[in-house]
Amino acid sequence: MTPVIELDGLAVDLGGRRILDDLRCTLCARTIGLLGPNGAGKSTLINVLLGFHKPAAGTARIFGHDVRHDIRKIRNVTGYMPENDAFIAKMSAVSYVCLMAELSGLPRDAALERAHEALFYVGLGEARYRKVGTYSLGMRQLAKLAQAIAHGPKLLILDEPTNGLDPPARQRMIRLIREMRESGDMNIILCSHLLRDVEETCEEVLILKQGRIVHYANLEEERRANRKFIEMETVGANGTFAGDIEKLGCACAITASNRIKLILSEGVAIRDLYQVAKDRNVQIRRLSYRRDSLEDIFLKAMESNLAPSSGAKGAANGRL
Amino acid sequence: MAVYKRSYRGYAGSVTSEWSRFAIIPRYAYRGLFRSKIMTAFFVICFIPPLVFLFLIYLANNIGSFARVFGVTGATSPFAVDGEFFATYLGIQAALSFVLTAFVGPGLISGDLANRALPLYLSRPFTRAEYVIGKMSVLLMLLSLITWVPGLILFGAQGVMGGREWLSHNVWVAWAVFAGSWIWILVISLLALALSAWVKWRIAAGALLLAVFFVAAGFGEAINAVLEVHWGRLINLMYLFATVWNRLFRTRETFEISEASAWLMLGLICAACLALLKRKLRAFEVVK
Repeated sequence: MTPVIELDGLAVDLGGRRILDDLRCTLCARTIGLLGPNGAGKSTLINVLLGFHKPAAGTARIFGHDVRHDIRKIRNVTGYMPENDAFIAKMSAVSYVCLMAELSGLPRDAALERAHEALFYVGLGEARYRKVGTYSLGMRQLAKLAQAIAHGPKLLILDEPTNGLDPPARQRMIRLIREMRESGDMNIILCSHLLRDVEETCEEVLILKQGRIVHYANLEEERRANRKFIEMETVGANGTFAGDIEKLGCACAITASNRIKLILSEGVAIRDLYQVAKDRNVQIRRLSYRRDSLEDIFLKAMESNLAPSSGAKGAANGRL
Repeated sequence: MAVYKRSYRGYAGSVTSEWSRFAIIPRYAYRGLFRSKIMTAFFVICFIPPLVFLFLIYLANNIGSFARVFGVTGATSPFAVDGEFFATYLGIQAALSFVLTAFVGPGLISGDLANRALPLYLSRPFTRAEYVIGKMSVLLMLLSLITWVPGLILFGAQGVMGGREWLSHNVWVAWAVFAGSWIWILVISLLALALSAWVKWRIAAGALLLAVFFVAAGFGEAINAVLEVHWGRLINLMYLFATVWNRLFRTRETFEISEASAWLMLGLICAACLALLKRKLRAFEVVK
């Protein structure tokens, strides 16, 4: 399978400053999240992928096309929804989306048809003949999404798509992103500083800090791994009880008196833990899954120094 | 995808050729422009002078017939259809096209920059050069329709009425109309686009275009008067065009600056406009 994005020692200088430095990874998921605090370089990375900024060193590839040499091919298969307001105020939404679809190469009739469809799809069907300049902020976000998908791109780049949206509009945007992901026709890059948006939509996450990659996470794998992480509060437990749990194949640690942390191994169910407790006459007063959320992962990445980024040089498939 | 299904699907149909996509921009621009009744009315008015000149050409070639209607014999035309006749025609059309440019030009790029629409254009398989050509085509086509296109039709009409002899002596006039119009159109279009990109505000860009033509001309004359020099005319755009047209149309007027310096100044103005467009038309501004 061709990777969606390959970063190969990518570095970018802007205004005499190094903004991105030695980014290396390969991302293959259907939805990829770009996370990082303000100024981490997320938008700059997107701008490089779209050919707006030239790399100072290294390169990036989208579906195998190099941003240095094949930018036209990349733009042919890409749809872009910028972070800031971007519209043509005096045009109706349908003309605006149609114009953008035609500039992407669709014939006039097909562009008009798909402009109507895209606007209906994002929920602006009834307002499609209104001038975009009269739209509310939320409607303009949806119009931006419509112009980004009207030409049927293989890769959709969304830069802060839920910016300025109220909760229902945000939910709608997240639902649309999920639906497009499920359609199977499109890969999505979602750039956001809102962890919840990324957590709800993305399979792979790249966390940037000060222009370098500080963490890569495959959220699906992380979720699976963390699902087996269990904390128990017991009465009457001792080393024998912990030993019996370890005999089941679970890694186990007694953190404080009566508190046990363990990682469930394959094939071991919670029922087995209760059985051991019953056999050893131990009471389980509380049992809880403790699952690392994306927030935990992000905060850990932010706490870390930048050393992992240089370790990324040898990383395969984005695992750092 | 039917509208009622409201589900996403990709596009697998044909695509248009890349070289022709710049023409999409003028098509959409005209749709917006001709929605304005004032614009449409003025555009129609721009065709009145060519009709008047067509009548004058007819009159000049058939003055005897007209005179006989009024009982006069042996009448000759009071004016000749020559280079000066067509220079006058171009002067009038240039004035009208200036007004048209001041109406259309300032809004071409400023709106896109003010609403940050450039990333939308440039994230597509569409380059900055194609964007500029597309925007410029809006003016090029409009101004062509009211300058050299009717000018050549007038030349053709005179060629038919004046006969082969007139045509053989005045073929250069056709070239003068064509080249003179294009010099005017190119410079004024570039200037309008550059100012539109620079100011990002339609009204201010329009005012600046007027200032470049009229205030600069006044300033140049003031320099000439105070310093008792002639080179103040170099910043008088209308004078520069008149100097260049003078040579093209072989008129008998004398000018205070050389034709070469006029050409050089027009070239510098075009280069400055292109440099300004290159600097301003970016998907994202890099703040140093």
